Amino acid sequence: MIKDLVNPSNFNIMISKLSDVLVRALDKPLGYAINWGRIWSLWPVHLETACCSVEFGAASGPRYDVERFGIIEAFGSLRQCDLIVVQGTVNRKMAPRLRMVYDQMPEPKYVIAMGACAITGGLYVDSYNVLPGVDGIIPVDVYVPGCPPRPETLIQGTMLLQEKIKRSKIK
Amino acid sequence: MTSELKEKPTTNSSPQQSSSPSSPPPSPKPAAGSSPPSPPAKREPESPPFEKGIVSQIISHFGNDKIKISYIRPLRIKINVNPADIVEVATFIRDNLGFDHAEAVSGTDYPKDDQIEVIYQLGSYSRDDLEGHVFSLATRTNRDDARLPTLINVYRSAEYHERETFEMLGVYFEGHPRNERFILPEDWADLPPLRKEFRIRGR
Amino acid sequence: MAKNVEHGIEDDLNKKLAIQIVKESEDDRLMRLSVGPQHPGSGHFRFTVTVDGDYIVHCDPDPGYVHRGEEKMCEYRNFIQNIPHLERPVIHDSSNIIYSYSLAVEQLVGIEVPRRGQFIRALASERERQIYTLYWLAIYGIFLGHSTMFMWPTGDRELFIDLMDALTGARVTHAFNIPGGVRNDIPDGFKDKCLRNIAYFEKRLKEYEDIFYNNPLFRQRTEGVGILSKEDAIKLGVTGSVLRASGIPYDVRKAEPYDIYNEMDFKVQYMKSGDSFARSYVPFLDMKESCHIMRQLLDKMPDSGEVRAKLQPNPKGAPGEAYRRVESGRGALGYYIVSDGTPKPYRVKISVGSFRNMIALPHLLVGSKLADMPSVYWSLNYWPVEADR
Repeated sequence: MIKDLVNPSNFNIMISKLSDVLVRALDKPLGYAINWGRIWSLWPVHLETACCSVEFGAASGPRYDVERFGIIEAFGSLRQCDLIVVQGTVNRKMAPRLRMVYDQMPEPKYVIAMGACAITGGLYVDSYNVLPGVDGIIPVDVYVPGCPPRPETLIQGTMLLQEKIKRSKIK
Repeated sequence: MTSELKEKPTTNSSPQQSSSPSSPPPSPKPAAGSSPPSPPAKREPESPPFEKGIVSQIISHFGNDKIKISYIRPLRIKINVNPADIVEVATFIRDNLGFDHAEAVSGTDYPKDDQIEVIYQLGSYSRDDLEGHVFSLATRTNRDDARLPTLINVYRSAEYHERETFEMLGVYFEGHPRNERFILPEDWADLPPLRKEFRIRGR
Repeated sequence: MAKNVEHGIEDDLNKKLAIQIVKESEDDRLMRLSVGPQHPGSGHFRFTVTVDGDYIVHCDPDPGYVHRGEEKMCEYRNFIQNIPHLERPVIHDSSNIIYSYSLAVEQLVGIEVPRRGQFIRALASERERQIYTLYWLAIYGIFLGHSTMFMWPTGDRELFIDLMDALTGARVTHAFNIPGGVRNDIPDGFKDKCLRNIAYFEKRLKEYEDIFYNNPLFRQRTEGVGILSKEDAIKLGVTGSVLRASGIPYDVRKAEPYDIYNEMDFKVQYMKSGDSFARSYVPFLDMKESCHIMRQLLDKMPDSGEVRAKLQPNPKGAPGEAYRRVESGRGALGYYIVSDGTPKPYRVKISVGSFRNMIALPHLLVGSKLADMPSVYWSLNYWPVEADR
């Protein structure tokens, strides 16, 4: 069979088989390296929605330093962010803007829904202006419960997101 | 037979820290002999003199038929006027009595009377003796065609409050430059939310 | 587009400025920018500014991105059930927003708060005022580019939040003040911890003054910028630190003392210049005064006693109205409650300091440079969630 492959007329088949082997050999370590880079530099979009933003601000403070996970509130444009943390209630006026912000972010992007209001509407579920949860508009990766969640819960949610990213395949 | 008539506590109880003497509870009146017991005299607490002075100034200027007093309590006064007179009364209050800004404007829907009441809470920053006083100026209008003259030329601070009352209750303020959407979403196509027939989800 | 001239400009000054600039310039010199709900410089609030080169010609606020219908929801819950959702507008100053509600409900239902409860309420209120002001300073600092001023207040705030956690059981939304008093008594050892905390904080305040308020860059950015004169402040009806920075010493705790504030000895802090620097400095002076008040409160608190008046299971309000005010971190916070004899309020109107101060924003921004916008906007002490309720 190998004599067959090395025959010049079957050269392209040999190349394709070789490249298959190469990809399979490198896929795991390369994917691991790329994922490692993504996990440790998740930059969130600065989208304070409602009251949970206070706990997010506290999480960026010196005690619950979230910067050691690579989460820097990048004040540049949102074209360079890959994480959007929906902090709190999303109401009908804010929903189209949230979708616009999500669409403008480059791939790959992740979403954390923080707080009871972002998950199911929370305390305000029967208000006339509040959406019952944000996963009707944008696909959510991790749900962080609490009203408001303590900064430690938010950090645990981030670590869950990191686990999820580690398991994902690179295309 | 004496009948002990139990009294409700008066609704006009003064706030905790008032400087004027708190109202004594009305005492039950024992029936005398064979005559039927007369209903107890509901003694209103004594109106505080300073606030009474303020109200009497207004009444002496406008007359009793235009002004209707709702209550006079320590540090809080409320009067009710017709929509046609409100600009005049407000100008008088600002110039002569010293209440120089509007703290809040709110509307309440009374479907039983078929009216909407809009109330202006007025305060004073420039006069020391009126420091803690809040003067409430109220007016009523029909629910079906709610129109009121704006007080924005008298009290500039009422601008955004009136706009919010317009969108929440549907009261049109004539003379206000922008009777528009403010807080609600731009595509709100439902009833004004604070009306009583607008019921929120599930209740 | 010269259409900006007719579009909602009420002030004569605005009109003259806009017409003059439009006449002198081409049509497309004016540019309309939207400082939107997703913007590092504005929080969750949108306002559009029309600029001509570098100068702002017209400004139009557009709130409502966090409007959750608090006032309507109040009508469907009874007096006690209203407390959790009413605290959420200002989540980190929640004691003050419920304090005002409790005072109004107590007047309607007719309860008397025991003395020890009044002291604890005032203690929580003063502490929350400091917690709020520290958070505001943190955000103010970082939007002017001073990131140390973000880290230091956020770190110090954690110490206070620990104290509130020990007192009430939650970090930010305490539900501690209720109509009738407070929910529970202070734990053992709280008084000493509190006094040590205040001593540490007073030393810290001197350091804040050194790195932030005496910073020449901060001073250049804020002194002389966005001046609000005394007459304008009265006419526009602003409140809180914005009012006190323009030379009017008005504080609800002195004007209309509630609970035991008439026994406390403190001065109303105010400044006369009315610029952004004064508006940033007055909350700082308020914090110093709060430390002084808290020491007196801890001193004079009665050693034992009830902290809460007994309430019936479903308290009914007597038919009538009540309007009570409290001084919160942003200004006078008032509740106007109408009750009709049932356990649920008929109408609740919340008059918040941020909504009242919003009218100063177009007034101050017109005529100033676009680069001054962060310092003017943040000095107005505006918290968007509260203004939208």
